[in-house]
Amino acid sequence: MALLDFFKQNRKSGSASVAKERLQILVAHDRAGPGPSYLPQLQRDLLKVIRKYVAVDQDAVNVRVEQEGNQEILELNIVLPEG
Amino acid sequence: MARIIVVTSGKGGVGKTTTSAALAMGLAARGHRTVVIDFDVGLRNLDLVMGCERRVVFDLVNAIQGEASLRQALIKDKRNPNLFILAASQTRDKDALTLEGVGKVLEELAESFDYIVCDSPAGIEKGATLAMYYADDAIVVTNPEVSSVRDSDRMIGILSSKSRRAEQNLEPITERLLITRYSPQRVDKGEMLSLEDVQDILALDLIGVIPESESVLNSSNAGIPIILDEESNAGQAYHDMVDRYLGEELPHRFTKIEKRGLFGRLFGG
Repeated sequence: MALLDFFKQNRKSGSASVAKERLQILVAHDRAGPGPSYLPQLQRDLLKVIRKYVAVDQDAVNVRVEQEGNQEILELNIVLPEG
Repeated sequence: MARIIVVTSGKGGVGKTTTSAALAMGLAARGHRTVVIDFDVGLRNLDLVMGCERRVVFDLVNAIQGEASLRQALIKDKRNPNLFILAASQTRDKDALTLEGVGKVLEELAESFDYIVCDSPAGIEKGATLAMYYADDAIVVTNPEVSSVRDSDRMIGILSSKSRRAEQNLEPITERLLITRYSPQRVDKGEMLSLEDVQDILALDLIGVIPESESVLNSSNAGIPIILDEESNAGQAYHDMVDRYLGEELPHRFTKIEKRGLFGRLFGG
């Protein structure tokens, strides 16, 4: 088995590089702070408007802000009921 | 005037208390009058690592609340006459600590000590913020592991915004990074963040790298700070850390894999 390990040794399994990549994104996100404070209110208002037309669940509206370089992306995710 | 050093991390179990004990013992061994304070009220452990758990009569909370004088609360180390320990209270909670109370205790200690080492509890709550508030220098302890690195980054942000030095617009706390439980073997296999990776992310000056070592558990089992085990790699790496803290420039040791011969690689485990 040790002989096999010797040949396998040069192949880097790479979980450390995944860790580094994830951390760089996460830390940048953490440093940017919690994001705009109007998000919860926006989420409630959107839900109210949508409910005028479609009967959706309380958690049907998802609001997120993401940072990509200099750009900030506001992502709205609305799940409509089936049928 | 004493220098106040906080040993902090955010995440628990990364080696804050081990590091505090080693740093305090190392400073004392170099002739500096040193006191090490456990800020983990309710979950004290420094006394165990220092091996003085049966000699705790009064603690930090007693001293703050005036139930005992500092002289009564300080425990003299039996191995080094320069070293004193101030234990945390085991029965109170963190609310027993106040900013003014801690300030008063530190001020009084500063009159008779060269270095005050503050062993911070995990987390970012009262005990941790009070441990760092009055600090002049900080050692941020990190394992090369995702959750520890992330928490350290949080801590670095708090150190530079919620301290006395930050609030009074003084020169900021000198923050330096200590990587513990480092395994060059696993780094070599690509399984562990390298010290360069961690430094890339946290962008702090490196004060030391402590290799993963069985000796650390053995020494805390016995209540002997690891720095007194001069045979062990970890003990030697802590000595280097203390020397770097005092201004020496030393290369980092135990960060590279020890080369094994072909024979060892073929037949070794």
